[in-house]
Amino acid sequence: MKSRETSFRSRVRAATDHLATTLAILATVVVVAPLLVIFIYLLVKGARSLNLAFFTQIPKPPGEVGGGMANAILGSAILLALSSLIGVPIGIGGGIFLAEFGRGTKLANGVRFTADVLNGVPSIVMGVAVYALIVKPHVSWLPFTGHFSAFAGGVALGFMMIPTVCRTTEEMLLMVPNAVREAALGLGVPNWRSVLSITVRTASPGIITGCMLAFARVAGETAPLIFTAFGNAFWSSNLNQPMAALPLQIYNYALSPYDDWRRLAWAGALVLIVLIVLAVSLVRYVTSRGVLKGAS
Amino acid sequence: MRISQFDIQPKSGPEAGREPAGVASAEASPIRKFLLSRGHSAFTDRGFHLLMVLCGLSIFGIVALIAFELVLRSDMTLHKFGLDFFFKAFSDPDTKQTVYWDPFNGLFSAVPFVYGTLVSSFLALLMAVPLAVGVAVFLTEMCPRALRGPLAFLTELLAAIPSVIYGLWAVFVLVPLMREHVNPLLVGALGWTGFFNDDNPTGLGFLASGVILAIMILPIISSLTREVMSAVPHSQREAVLALGATRWEMIRMGVLRNARIGIVGAIILGLGRALGETMAVTMVIGNSPQIHRSLLSTGSSMASVIANEYAEATSDMHLSALTEIGLALFVVTIIVNGLAQLLVWAVTRGAPSQAH
Amino acid sequence: MGVGIEVGNLNAWYGTNHTLQDINLHIPANHATALIGPSGCGKSTFVRCLNRMHETNPIARVTGSVRIGDLDIYADAKPVEIRRRVGMVFQRPNPFPTMSIYDNVAAGLKLNGYSNRRVLDEIVEKSLRNSALWDEVKDDLRKKSGASLSGGQQQRLCIARALAVDPEVLLMDEPASALDPVSTSKIEDLIFELKSQYTIVIVTHNMQQAARVAEKTGFFLNGRMVEFDSTHKIFTNPSDKRTEDYITGRFG
Repeated sequence: MKSRETSFRSRVRAATDHLATTLAILATVVVVAPLLVIFIYLLVKGARSLNLAFFTQIPKPPGEVGGGMANAILGSAILLALSSLIGVPIGIGGGIFLAEFGRGTKLANGVRFTADVLNGVPSIVMGVAVYALIVKPHVSWLPFTGHFSAFAGGVALGFMMIPTVCRTTEEMLLMVPNAVREAALGLGVPNWRSVLSITVRTASPGIITGCMLAFARVAGETAPLIFTAFGNAFWSSNLNQPMAALPLQIYNYALSPYDDWRRLAWAGALVLIVLIVLAVSLVRYVTSRGVLKGAS
Repeated sequence: MRISQFDIQPKSGPEAGREPAGVASAEASPIRKFLLSRGHSAFTDRGFHLLMVLCGLSIFGIVALIAFELVLRSDMTLHKFGLDFFFKAFSDPDTKQTVYWDPFNGLFSAVPFVYGTLVSSFLALLMAVPLAVGVAVFLTEMCPRALRGPLAFLTELLAAIPSVIYGLWAVFVLVPLMREHVNPLLVGALGWTGFFNDDNPTGLGFLASGVILAIMILPIISSLTREVMSAVPHSQREAVLALGATRWEMIRMGVLRNARIGIVGAIILGLGRALGETMAVTMVIGNSPQIHRSLLSTGSSMASVIANEYAEATSDMHLSALTEIGLALFVVTIIVNGLAQLLVWAVTRGAPSQAH
Repeated sequence: MGVGIEVGNLNAWYGTNHTLQDINLHIPANHATALIGPSGCGKSTFVRCLNRMHETNPIARVTGSVRIGDLDIYADAKPVEIRRRVGMVFQRPNPFPTMSIYDNVAAGLKLNGYSNRRVLDEIVEKSLRNSALWDEVKDDLRKKSGASLSGGQQQRLCIARALAVDPEVLLMDEPASALDPVSTSKIEDLIFELKSQYTIVIVTHNMQQAARVAEKTGFFLNGRMVEFDSTHKIFTNPSDKRTEDYITGRFG
C-alpha cells in the first residue's frame, strides 16, 4: 500500500478543504463589511445633520444655512401614492390572471417571462419612455401632458411596480391550497366572488407583503424621476407640476458644491434608508413568522 | 352466497325514535328561494375574467410602449448614423483629434458610452462573482444554522439599498479612499501594464464605478446562486460524500457542478443589472465622454450620459442620440436578462424567481 | 325535503381518459346511497358530476344526463345554480382558513349576497346544531378561526357550511377517511339523522360504513357501475361475482 503517497494526497485534499472554507468565510466578511460600513457611516453622518428642521422646512437658497427636505418627503409620499394607485391594482390583477385563469397556458408563461424581464430593464429607460409618452408627447392627449409633472413621475414609478407586484401576487396565490377554491365553488359561489373573497383574501397577508416590497424598491428610485417629476425646490402638491422626491433631492444635493446641501443629502439618505430597512425587515418578519401559513 | 361478516344491523341513530332535528317542510325554505333567485353571474364572471386578462396583458403593453417610444424618438439619429453610431467615431477636421460626442456641432457617437458601460460592468463582475459565489457557498453549505438567517437577511438588505445612497457613500467615502490610497498603490505596482495611469487625480473613474457596481450586484448573484445550489438534490451531495470526499470536494463536485448552469445564469443576471445601473455610476464615473485604456481614468456610461444630459438636451438630434442609447440599453438588458432567466429556470425548473 | 336523482347514460372524461362509462342509476330521495369500489374506479368522478364540479378541470368532459328532481342539470341550468342546490363535503376538511367559525358556516349565504344578520344568526345556529357541532363551538363562533378546530370538528364545520345553504342533495366524498374513529362515528350518526331531510350520496372506501348508514349501495369498477341495489343485498347476497369478490376482499 502506497501509504506515503496517499497520506500526502489526503493532506493536500484536507488543506484544500480548509483553504476553501477560509476563502468562503473571507468572502462573506468582505461582503457584509461594506454594508455595515455604509450603514454606520450613514448613521453617523446623517444623524449629525438630522434635526426637526429637516422634516419641516424646505431647502434654503445656496449659501444660507439651515432648511430641510420636507418638500421632498411630501413629494415622495405623493409620488408613491400615485404609483401605488397604478401599480397595485394592475399588478394584483396580473397576478390573479397568472394564478387563477391562465395557469399552464402559453399566454401566462409569456406574461410571467416578460414580467421577469421587465423587472430587469434599467429604470432610466422607463423614465425615457414615460418622458416620450407624457412629458413631451407628439400629440397632447391628456390634460397632464406636455411638461414635467408629478403625474409623469407617478406613472413611471407605477409602471415599474406592476411586474413586481404581479409576480409576488402570483406566488402568494399559488400557495393557497386548491381545496379552499373547491370549497367555495362547491357552495355555488360564482367564480369571480370565489377568487376575490376567498382565494385573494386567504393570500392577502402575502400579497400585501409583496406590495410593500415593490413599494420599498420604488421609493428609492431616482433615475426615472430625473426627467419626469424633475424635482422641485419649493412646496408643491400639484400633480400637474414638477415635484420633489427624496432620492432625487439627495442626488442633486450630493453633487452640489455647498456644504449645507451636502449635509442635507446625508440626512435625507439616513431617513430613506431607515424607511427602506424598516419595510424590508417587516416583510421578512411577516414571511418568516409563517403568518402566511394561515393558508394551509 | 350469504356473506356473514356484513350481518350487522344498520345504524339506528344515537337515540332511537328521536325526531330528527329540524322538521323538513314540503315547500322550499326562504333561503332556498333566495338562492334560486340569485342567477348565475355568467356575465360578471366573464367580465372579471376579461379584466384580469387585461391586467396580465398590461405587462406586454408596457414593454411594447417602451419599445415603441424608444424607436420612434431615436428615429433621427437612427437614420443619420445607422449602426455606426455604436462603432465609429468622428475626426475633428482642424485638430485631427477623435471626437465622439459634440452636441454643439451635431456629432454623436455612442462608442465611449458603450466602452464605459462594458468596462465598468466587467470590472464589477470580476470583483463580484468570486465573492458572491463564496458567500453563497458559505451560506448554503458551511454556515452554522443560527447564523444563516441573519446573514442572509443582511445580504438581502444590501440589495434593498437604493442606488443613490450607494452613490452618495461612494462619492464621499470610496472615491477619496481610492484617490488617496488605492490608486497610487495601483499606479506604483501595476502602472507598467498600461492599465493604471496617474493622469486622473480625482479618484473618480472606471475602477471606482466598478467597485461600487460590484457591491451592488453582489447580493443578486449571491442569492440566486444560493437558490440554485439549494435546488441541487441532497442525493447528489450524499453520493459524493459516500465516496469519501472532503466537504470542499463535495461542494465542488456534488453541488457546484450540478448548479453551474444556474450559477452562470445568476452571473448573467448580475451583468444585466450592472449594465443598466445608473445613479451610483453617474456619481462616480466622472462623466467625460472619452476612451482611455487606464482603468483609473474618468469616462462615461450609457446610463450615466442619459441621466446627465437628457433633461437639458440642446437639440432634437441630441435627444434622439440619447434616446437611441436608451434603446440600445433596453435591447441589451432584455436579451441579457432573458437569457439569464432561461438559464436559472432550467435549473430550478420554473420555481418563481425571488431575486429582486 | 330531498329530491331523487336520475342519471342517464353518463360518460365522463379527463382528457383522453374515459373515467366513467354509461352510468345509469336512480338515487332515491331522502335516503342515503353509498358508492363503493376500489381506488380509481370513478366513484369520486361520478359524484363530482352530480354537482358539476367535475368540469372545473379544464380537460374534463361530460356527456349524458343528470336529472335532479325534474331539472336536467347539464341542459337546463348553469353550474353555479346547481351547486347551490347540491352541497358537497370533501375528503379532507377544508374550512376557509382566514374566516371565523360563524363566517365559515355563513359563507355560502354571505358570498351570494345574503345580508340579513338576524336570519344568518339563526341559520348558523341551526346548521351547527344539525351537524352536531353547536355545543362545542357556540361560545367561540366569531373568535376562533375555522382552521383552529380539530380534524373531526373541521369536517362537521364543513357539513354545517354545506347545510346552511339548504341544499336538496348532499354529496359526501369519503367524508370520514381522514378522521379518527370517534369522529367517524359522530359523522355517521349525523348522516343517519340528516337523510330524512336531504338526499345523501356518500362515497366510501369503508364497506362497514356503507353497511351502517346507507339504504342503497352502488358498486363501481373501472368506470362502470357494476351493481346497484339495497345495501343489505349487496353485502349479503350480491348478484355479480365482481361485487362479491370486492366485498370479500379479494381485491381493492
